[in-house]
Amino acid sequence: MKLPAFLAGDAMSNRVVPATGFTAALTVISAAAMAFLAVFTIALAQASSALAARWEAELAGTATVRITAPEEAVEAQTQAVLVALSQTPGIGSARRLDTDEQTRLLAPWFGSDLPLETLRLPVLIEVSEAGEGPDINGLKQRLAAEAPGAVYDTHGRWRAPLIEAASRLRQLGILSLVLIASVTGAIIALAASAALAANAQIVDVLRLVGARDGWITRAFVRRFTLRAFFGALAGTVVAMVFVALIPGGVEAGVLSGLGFRGAEWLWPLVVPVAAGIIAWGATYLAAIRRLRQSA
Amino acid sequence: MIELDKVAMGYGDRGLFSDLSLSLPAGSFHFLTGPSGAGKTTLLRLCSMELAPSGGRITLLGDDVSRLSRDQVALMRQRIGVVHQDCRFIDHLSLAENVLLPVTVSGPLDPEDHKQRDQLLSWVGLADRAENRPPELSGGERQRAALARAIILSPDVILADEPTGNVDWDMSLRLLDLLIELNKQGKTVLCATHDLNLIRQAKSRVTARVLRLRNGTIDQAGAEL
Ligand SMILES: Nc1ncnc2c1ncn2[C@@H]1O[C@H](COP(=O)(O)OP(=O)(O)OP(=O)(O)O)[C@@H](O)[C@H]1O
Ligand SMILES: [Mg+2]
Repeated sequence: MKLPAFLAGDAMSNRVVPATGFTAALTVISAAAMAFLAVFTIALAQASSALAARWEAELAGTATVRITAPEEAVEAQTQAVLVALSQTPGIGSARRLDTDEQTRLLAPWFGSDLPLETLRLPVLIEVSEAGEGPDINGLKQRLAAEAPGAVYDTHGRWRAPLIEAASRLRQLGILSLVLIASVTGAIIALAASAALAANAQIVDVLRLVGARDGWITRAFVRRFTLRAFFGALAGTVVAMVFVALIPGGVEAGVLSGLGFRGAEWLWPLVVPVAAGIIAWGATYLAAIRRLRQSA
Repeated sequence: MIELDKVAMGYGDRGLFSDLSLSLPAGSFHFLTGPSGAGKTTLLRLCSMELAPSGGRITLLGDDVSRLSRDQVALMRQRIGVVHQDCRFIDHLSLAENVLLPVTVSGPLDPEDHKQRDQLLSWVGLADRAENRPPELSGGERQRAALARAIILSPDVILADEPTGNVDWDMSLRLLDLLIELNKQGKTVLCATHDLNLIRQAKSRVTARVLRLRNGTIDQAGAEL
């Protein structure tokens, strides 16, 4: 049977199965609630992917060289590092941060009126890598020889756990979606079984007058599929409104990522369709099981 | 047409019959009689595949019913019209919808089907009750509607369980006329009844045989009635 015909149904098969009952409410409400949860989970997974991508993009391709050396050696080592960097393939540019920039970097921790002159700060060189990036080990060996006070830092040490955390978060999101889908399927299967049991006499009469299992199954499956779809649609729309209302802003960090941008708003719309498909399968299996008990 | 070969049947450990053989040729008319509890309804339900025998073989329209798939059973039932003793309607549908049910479940409806339904309903005297729901009807009205439903698909076989159990004599004769008319069209009829007057009435108009079910056996009781 074609999908449009299935969804339209025919007047009689709609009339045969009585519409009322707690199973209808159970299906609609649980589909709505589960869709609500699913949309938030998708938003969370989306946010963690976006965050991981942003950290990856911001931090990949940059490195810092930090030079701590006795006062009289600092200048020489800095020059040696700059020369070494300029001669290394895979280094795009290298730039020494001036005092102002260092002050700005430290301001969040020590305040902006820090008398920097009285402190001995390490020299920082901001490196941007080009193409595949440099041969890090070779570079480190050369720096160790020519500027023993220099440390080449790819940020990998603190980038890795952040990206790891973001991808864990995403895996958790996917696992949650699978759980939500399974629970939805189980609830709808239970509701469908209850509806079939409550209508056992009707099912028996239908069999007696020569209805095939497929005809009876369709009458129930169609009902539950549409209920789950519209319930989930309602839950999805409400959840999308809530997500849209989450205050954003750059400073909010992880939270600012919780939301959808542009075409991402299409993602939640998958939820009602998935709910319909899950309801279809769950009701179908429940109906087949029940029908095996009738003559 | 309908053949029972050494059929055994019982409920729980209470056997009803252990070795029942019977052959109803196509186009024949049979009454099934016997004391209450002898197993008339059980025998008819075996023939409509609602019950499966615990032994022996039942052949309907040439097919061994134990070999039919569920879909084949459904198709077979579209060729067998059954009037149940307790009628078996869908109570929230109107009488008209109930009568049309076998057509509804067997394929797309066409306008001819509605005409056919209306004709049948007036034949059994229920034209003005078509929009009522089954619980709103009397026992006799329900039985007449059940007969209309049983024959709407123009089945090859009609199994009727006490179709005149709750109706007055005039209506009994009308229903009998309907069964005789269907039999003349070549349909095989098996009708369980207690009503010996009805059987006598029929015998003058159609070659009907009488099967008496008693103590788990069937004897042809045609002659003495
Ligand atoms: N579902 C069932 N479970 C257990 N016993 C049953 C069942 N159906 C019928 N019986 C028993 O089997 C016997 C035969 O029943 P059946 O209904 O076939 O009799 P019948 O000849 O149609 O009687 P009646 O003339 O009163 O309609 C009865 O003793 C009845 O109690
Ligand atoms: Mg009976």
